[in-house]
Order: sequence, then structure tokens, then C-alpha cells
Amino acid sequence: MPRKSAAVQRRIRILVAKPGLDGHDRGVLVLARAFRDAGMEVIYSGLLPSPEQVAQMAVDEDVDVVALSLLNGAHMTAFPKVKKLLDKMGGKDIVVVGGGIIPEEDKPRLLRLGITGLYGPGSSFEEIVEHVKGRVRKERWRD
Amino acid sequence: MLRTGRDPYWKRKAKALVESRAVTGSLFDRKAVEQVRRGLKQWQGTVYADWTARFPEEAKEHQTASGIPLKPIYTPDDLGNADYASQGFPGVFPYLRGVYPNMYRGRKWTMRMFSGFGTPEDTNRRLKLLLDHGETGLSVAFDMPTLYGYDCDHERAHGEVGRCGVNVSSMKDMEVIFDEIPLGKVSTSMTINAPATVLTCMYAGVAKKQGVPISKLRGTVQADMLKEYIAQKEWVYPPEAHLRLVRDLMVFSTKEMPLWNYISISGYHIREAGSSAVQELAFTLADGFGYVELGLEAGLKVEQFAPRLSFFFNSTMDFFEEIAKFRAARRIWATVLREKYGVKDKRSLLMRFHTQTSGASLTWQQPLNNVVRTAIEALAAVLGGTQSLHTNSYDEAWALPTEQAVEVALRTQQVIAEETGVASVIDPLGGSYYVEWLTEQLEEEAYKYFDRIDSAGGLLKAIKTGYLQREIAENSYRLSKRVEEGRDSVVGVNKLAKEEKEPIETLKIDFRAQRSQVRRLNAVKKTRDEVKVKAALARLEKAFGSEKANSIYPMLDAVMQYATLGEVVDVGREAWGGFKEPMLL
Repeated sequence: MPRKSAAVQRRIRILVAKPGLDGHDRGVLVLARAFRDAGMEVIYSGLLPSPEQVAQMAVDEDVDVVALSLLNGAHMTAFPKVKKLLDKMGGKDIVVVGGGIIPEEDKPRLLRLGITGLYGPGSSFEEIVEHVKGRVRKERWRD
Repeated sequence: MLRTGRDPYWKRKAKALVESRAVTGSLFDRKAVEQVRRGLKQWQGTVYADWTARFPEEAKEHQTASGIPLKPIYTPDDLGNADYASQGFPGVFPYLRGVYPNMYRGRKWTMRMFSGFGTPEDTNRRLKLLLDHGETGLSVAFDMPTLYGYDCDHERAHGEVGRCGVNVSSMKDMEVIFDEIPLGKVSTSMTINAPATVLTCMYAGVAKKQGVPISKLRGTVQADMLKEYIAQKEWVYPPEAHLRLVRDLMVFSTKEMPLWNYISISGYHIREAGSSAVQELAFTLADGFGYVELGLEAGLKVEQFAPRLSFFFNSTMDFFEEIAKFRAARRIWATVLREKYGVKDKRSLLMRFHTQTSGASLTWQQPLNNVVRTAIEALAAVLGGTQSLHTNSYDEAWALPTEQAVEVALRTQQVIAEETGVASVIDPLGGSYYVEWLTEQLEEEAYKYFDRIDSAGGLLKAIKTGYLQREIAENSYRLSKRVEEGRDSVVGVNKLAKEEKEPIETLKIDFRAQRSQVRRLNAVKKTRDEVKVKAALARLEKAFGSEKANSIYPMLDAVMQYATLGEVVDVGREAWGGFKEPMLL
């Protein structure tokens, strides 16, 4: 059962964030534009937020999705931390997706935590946008 | 340019370039050009039209990577204005054809490979090895905590210590890095920006301890903070505060370390962040003019500091546009310094630059193709007249390069230097109708950007409002979409792709460096004189509080008392706070 048909219809609100000491923002800024052009409301965290700040922002902004990107190799600590904080702060239903330079061997653990997508260089906008939309659809139809 | 806007000079220059194209200059005979024009028209209407009717062209429109539309062919008619004085000779104004009279016939470009890793001990061993092999130019890369001004024991440094460069938390680390290396005899390039003043002080401190007068020190710190806000995004303080530190460093170095290159004005990162060749050219030169104005504000004469400014550009895949970019950069720099800033001294007009091939052009798919990409980019840099060159390794889209890949990258430069013959003739593409035309197009676009930056309130305002950053982000989105739509091709990615497994990153986080760095930091803190450290930091705080003071002197005292990198940088954090980037969507 849908919670509310309005909620199902609502434009997707998505927070894109880089939770770490990582200034490589080319990918995240490009993706923000791709999400915007796909009809989503995009909020960008700005650079160098801590995982705490990212989770707080997601809850305050009442987003549907948090999209995390890191290229500095710190994804195995930063991504799970954001997810854990979201759960604790009442954002359990917020979809978390990730991307960057994520080695295959790291993926199973992130997927088990519900952090999906995990796109790397060479992924298409279409693929990423569809993944986000699909996860939000599922989340909104869940009771 | 830096703080205020609206100098009609820029618009005038762009207009003059356009107008000059309408008249035939002294290089070509007017009648002969008219004949070329008629001939071209006839050729297009018959030979070319017939041929393309039978064999249609694949693409409807052609453009450079920056989006400059291209014709199928260029002739003297496109250079109707040409007046040889605007091209000139190498080593002579406007330096379009090269900064030195005999270019690579005299000395080849410097093959400078940038590297850095692990602990100070690892780096010291590496540097000594390079010195044993006859290198005299050292190059040091730092890790993220050092670049952001955090000590190795800071919460934000966790997992990052020694990962993509060496960690420096106090002058003790610098003593280890340069142990048994005679600082009076080598030149050291340090890729450091936000804490460049602190690292310069530590380097000077090590020299003092070695008994080497700091006036003898040769080397470079990048210290280009303007491009940090525009592209690389590694800052600590608001722009005004960092500019003040750069200003102090300029004045200090001019007086005390006259051989120190205290700013390397970098377009490399601007390009890697997704800008076009036009934007790289325009924003980097605008930064250059910004530093000229900063030096003037500090009461220096341009002739006192301009010879110490050098540039750092990217070389990527649009071969001719890259070559045109390097040539245009030299001519704009010399012209503007002479006309707008009234510089007469020849050494101040020369734009010397280092080039690195593009990391962003490398693909993780079919990585051996990257050897070819790097070779083409390196060749463009050489044909563009670079003074030094770093070639990337083919495996860098996956991880830090292996030794074998680094060797291939270096050999690529050596093959260009030794086998191709391109170094025999100066500016061999000079006079090509296409290259000269394109060089002028890029210049015109750059002048228009300077005018737009001025209209946005000057460089500082354009950075603080996010204008330049948004321009880059929009271009980077345009490029990504072009690839996604198949309008631009990347071999192995959207063209001729094969099914392949994502490579497994080989670099593992190693906490060995972090542990040993934290141990040394604790030892330093135990043995130093706390009273002296506190007093030195208090003097630094006072200097930061006064616009008139030069903060480098007390900073040098503080690091020599073993105040840590984080402690010194924190004094500024207290004084100036941090910086929140403007919205870039």
C-alpha cells in the first residue's frame, strides 16, 4: 500500500555529498546536473562535510535519497557511518546510494548495509538515474 | 582584475583581434589573398562539393573540444591580417614562437616526474636515490592531511596519512626528508598550496640547521590559491586570508629567498576539473594577472617578482587546440604585461611553463591505450614549447602507478626527444594556417573571458560568487553528455568497447605510516620547549591580526621551535575561520 499517493508522485529530493577530505568534485557536480535534468530536486552538501553533517542535512532537508561519492579510498569508513547515523536520526527510510572508486571486493559489505549503486567511472547517467528512481519507487510503495 | 572590474582594455583587445582579421596585413599580398579566396570558393563549389556528394562526410559539424566551429580547410585568407610582428621570433616579444632563442636545439625540456609516498624516511631514500642517478631537481608530493593543514594525529587525518604523498606534521619530518641532502645544491619542487607558507618556513628552517643561507635556496612551492577555489578545492581559510599569506610570502621571498619560485600558476587542475582549453587558458592567465596585482598591492615592482612566476598547464587530447593554447598563452602574457602593467624588463614577459599530460583523459578500460594518449598529449606539449613535462602512467586510472608503467611514461618523452626529430626546428607548426588561426581564436576567447570576469566584479568576486566554478561545472557536464550521446568518442569506452571486468584497485590502506608519524609527533611534542612554542605562536597570532605585519618571520620562528603544522595552521583558523563554498548547482 502506498503511504500517500501525493508522496508517490512527489518529485524526488536527493542530497549529493562527499563525506571526507576529498576535493575531487567534478563527478559529483556533473551528477547533480544529471539528477536535476532528470526532474529531481537536488541539494549539494558542499565540500568536506563530516558524515555527521551529511546525515543531519539529509534529515533536515527531508530528502528521499542520499547519493555519496568518494574518490579518496575512504568509502569503507565514511559510507557505512553516514548510513548508521541516518538510521539513528530517524532517517531509516532514506535511500542511500554510492559511487566513486569502489573496488569489487568492497561492494558486498556496502550492499549488505543497503548502500547500492556503487557506480564507478564510465557509468552512464541513464543507468544511475534509473537506479535511483527504482530504489525510491520501492521505498515509497513500502508500507 | 583581482579585486575590481571593468577595464575596457580586455574588450578593446578582443575587438582589435576581430577587426584585424578583416584587413590584409603585410605578410600577404592583397591581390594574392583575393586570388586564394576566389580559388577556395571555386574549389569548394566544384571539386569538394562533387566529392562530398559521392562520399558524404561522417559528421555534420566539426568543432574543437572547446566548441570552436571548424571549417574543412584553412588558407592564407584566414590569416588575412597577418603581420609578422605578431608572430615574431623565439626569445623575442611576443614570444609566440618560444621563450628561448634556440628552444630545444639548445636544451631539451626537463623531464620532471612527480612522485611521493609513505613516510619521510621512504621519501628521503627515494630522493637520495634520484640524486645518485644524477638528478638535481627534486619533487615532493604530500598527503591529504598535510595539504589541508592537519597533523597526522587529527581525527580527519585517519586513514589518509602517507597515502598519496609524504606526511609532514612538524619540521622534524622535513629534517628526515632532507637528511644528508645538501639544500644549497639541489632545487626542490613542493606541490603544496594552502600550507605553502608553513612548508616554505620548514624548508628554510632545515636549511638554517644545515648551515645553508636561505638566500641560496632554490625551489618551487605551488602556492596558487586562486586555482584552489576555482578547481582543486584544497583551502583552509577564506580567499582574502590565503591571498594575504601569498602576499607575505612574495615579499618575504623577494627579500630573503630571491631564488625561490613562490607561485606556480596552475591551469592543470582547472582543466582536470572539467574546463575547456579556452577556460583553462583564460582562468589561469586571469590568476596570473591577479598575482601581479597582489604583488603591486604589496608595494613590489613587477620586475622584482614576475621572473619568479611560472605556469603549469594541462595537455589533453585535442591535439591542435592544445598546441594553439600554449602558443596563445605566451603571447597574451607578454602582451598584457607590457601593455596593461607597463612592464619593460624582458625576463618579466617570458611565460615559462611546466606541462602534465591529462589524468582525466585516461580510461580504466583497455588501459594500454593510455600509453598512446599520453604520447599524443606529450607531443602536443613539446610542439607547444613547454619547459618541462610530466607524462602520466597508463595505469593511473586504477591506482598509483607501478614502476614499469612509470618507466614507459618516461620513455615516451625520451622517444619524442630522441627519435622523432621534432626538437630540431623551433616552433615547427608556426605558420600553419590552421594553427595560427586557432591560436588567435583562443586568444580572442580568452580576452572575452577576462572581460566577463571583470564584469562579474573581478577575479576575487567571481570566485566567491562561484561564477568560475559554475562555468567549469557546466562545461564538464556538457563534455560528459557529449560522450554519453556518442557525439564525442572515447575509444574503449563509448566506441570499440569490449566487455571487461572492472580492475581491482591494488592500493591498500597502510597504517604503518600513520603509526610511525604519530609516534614521531608525540616525541617532538615531548622534547620541545613549550614556553617558547607558545610565545612564538602568540607572535604569529599578532602578525595575523595586523595587515601591516609580514607573518612569515614569526612563522619561521614558530616552526623552528617545532610548533606543528596543525598548530600553525590553527592560529589562522582562529583568526580567519574557514570557507564555505558558494552554491555550485
